[in-house]
Amino acid sequence: MATEIQTQPNTRAAISLPSVLLVFLLLAAASYGALIWAPTESTMGMIQRIFYFHVASAWSGFISFIMVFIGSVAFLRTRALKWDWLSVASAEVGVAFFTIVLITGPIWAKPVWGIWWTWDARLTSSFLLWVLFVSYLILRTLVDEPERRATVSAVFGIFAALDIPLVYFSIWWFRTQHPQPVIGDGGALDPRMWRVLLLCWAATLGVMTLLIRIRYRLEMLRSQVDAFRMNVSRRD
Amino acid sequence: MSTTRAAGVILAKELRTEFRSRELLGTTLVFVLIVIVLFSFTFNPTSEESRRFGPGLLWLAFLFAGSLMLQPSFLREQTNDTLAALRLAPIDPFSILAGKMAANFLFLLLVEVLLLPVFAVLYNTAILPVLPQLLLVLILGTVGLATTGTVFSAVASQARLRELLLPLLLLPVLAPVLIASTEATVGVLRDPSELSLVWITFLISFDVVFLTAAWLVGEYLLEE
Amino acid sequence: MALVGHNGSGKTTLLKIAAQLSHPSRGAVTFYERDAALAAEEVKTRVGMVGHHTLVYDELTAEENLIFFAKLYALPDPAARAREALAPVGLAHRAADMVRTFSRGMRQRMGIARALLASPGLLLLDEPAAGLDPEGQQWLGETLERLHASGCTILMSTHGRNETQASVTRAIRLEGGRITHDSGLAGDPNQVLVMAAVRETGEESQS
Repeated sequence: MATEIQTQPNTRAAISLPSVLLVFLLLAAASYGALIWAPTESTMGMIQRIFYFHVASAWSGFISFIMVFIGSVAFLRTRALKWDWLSVASAEVGVAFFTIVLITGPIWAKPVWGIWWTWDARLTSSFLLWVLFVSYLILRTLVDEPERRATVSAVFGIFAALDIPLVYFSIWWFRTQHPQPVIGDGGALDPRMWRVLLLCWAATLGVMTLLIRIRYRLEMLRSQVDAFRMNVSRRD
Repeated sequence: MSTTRAAGVILAKELRTEFRSRELLGTTLVFVLIVIVLFSFTFNPTSEESRRFGPGLLWLAFLFAGSLMLQPSFLREQTNDTLAALRLAPIDPFSILAGKMAANFLFLLLVEVLLLPVFAVLYNTAILPVLPQLLLVLILGTVGLATTGTVFSAVASQARLRELLLPLLLLPVLAPVLIASTEATVGVLRDPSELSLVWITFLISFDVVFLTAAWLVGEYLLEE
Repeated sequence: MALVGHNGSGKTTLLKIAAQLSHPSRGAVTFYERDAALAAEEVKTRVGMVGHHTLVYDELTAEENLIFFAKLYALPDPAARAREALAPVGLAHRAADMVRTFSRGMRQRMGIARALLASPGLLLLDEPAAGLDPEGQQWLGETLERLHASGCTILMSTHGRNETQASVTRAIRLEGGRITHDSGLAGDPNQVLVMAAVRETGEESQS
């Protein structure tokens, strides 16, 4: 199951121009919706608008981590390296999204509540998830041989993904026992706000898909270069 | 040969190796003691505060100790490539993992049980009246620790920087166990009848999920 | 049978595949016309391997090591089997000593005792002569000859010429994972052995 070396370079780009345009449009529409069209929240003011991207990033980050799980399971079952490429691509994009969540959280909190951070359920869970998948990425850098790296990452990826619901539940239940100020929606969302949120989510999903595809392609090319290099050195 | 029997043989071997030298056991005990003492400097261990912070730091100490003590599990099999010897034998590869998980569980539990009275004395907490409940929490939490720890020890043994890697992988995954065990312990120390059903069920679920996961994918780690 | 070829030609890999330690990237392994992958556990009961490493535990005694493996191979009366296995390799007097205290040659013999515990029909050896003095090599050669005479198939990878090759009946040379020369079931293995040794020495003096 070594990677087959393609004798002709694959000149098709990872992402097509129409798809980039589509995502760009979505992003533009989402930004307009979030920054201008959505009604201003009564208590928090303009800064609340960051919430749309904060939540949308979290949701898309979630989906990315689920894809890590899918890729990991698929790799272990088929031994095809392409699933490993999908896993690492999804993990990196997921970490990127959760980084946004962790940055926008404090940016939102400070002006509104006067504190940078609060260990409320959602932020704490996001932090832990971020740490979990950063560990996944670090693990990958510490294993050199591609097959072995894919195998150990797949096992850890599965464990990490299975941990996600356990993390969320335990932190949530802990917080209901020991309540704390919550950074979150003050109340129910206005229907217009819902629409904007969904639009933002669609936009981030689009960005996620593009980024994963680009990263997947990069990993595929890296893998081919490695295989090529190994072949050449073996001939000496 | 059935998986359970093979795991049993491996468990016996691990126990024999460890109790002969006792170096791992001794070192881990001392390490947890050091952590407990150091923690006491960070807050004032009055009775009330002890009851609030004590269990948390006890479990934290267990987790740290665990992530160090679980290292040798698979590293020891690398010196003479005895892992290959195990894989050559006509046994289910999972039994290798299972035997080690059982051994690690017993070691960790032993360390924890030995440290309970020390903890009780240093932090002025009465543990005897709630011993059965405490033991239940200890056992459930340690199963989670041993299961994930053994699997990750196998993972780390194939990577560089394995001494740092094992805690790095283990501690985030075990955060839910830390929360659940601590909360359950606090509840029990506060009021013996207050054994939280939610947390106990949660710990059981955690254990079941990861035991199953280890059973399903663990053997891939042992292949070459 | 002797497997020859320079380092990296695939000898160890072939042995590992035969031992069910690795999976072939293409093709299948058959034992007595049955696909090994399907009956892995059964195959393993009949295969013994002596590897590069000693494959025994330093922190156990010789006897404990063998009892442990005897149990894993589901052998009846493991303790007796362990004691019996130590005699032919000349380690009976060190049965209660930790393997950690053994010399290189003694550890090699432990490895062989371990491999022979379950009376395998196929014995795989990965460069067993490495690290043995000429006396040890001769002993090994004689042991292998005895085993072969009693019906055991032996597949051994070797490097250069040494005493263990005395009773080789067939030699196969590998290069880059492929068979380049095979003296066949009835041919003279010495030709292949000499040719391979010459090539290896030639390469070594070049590098």
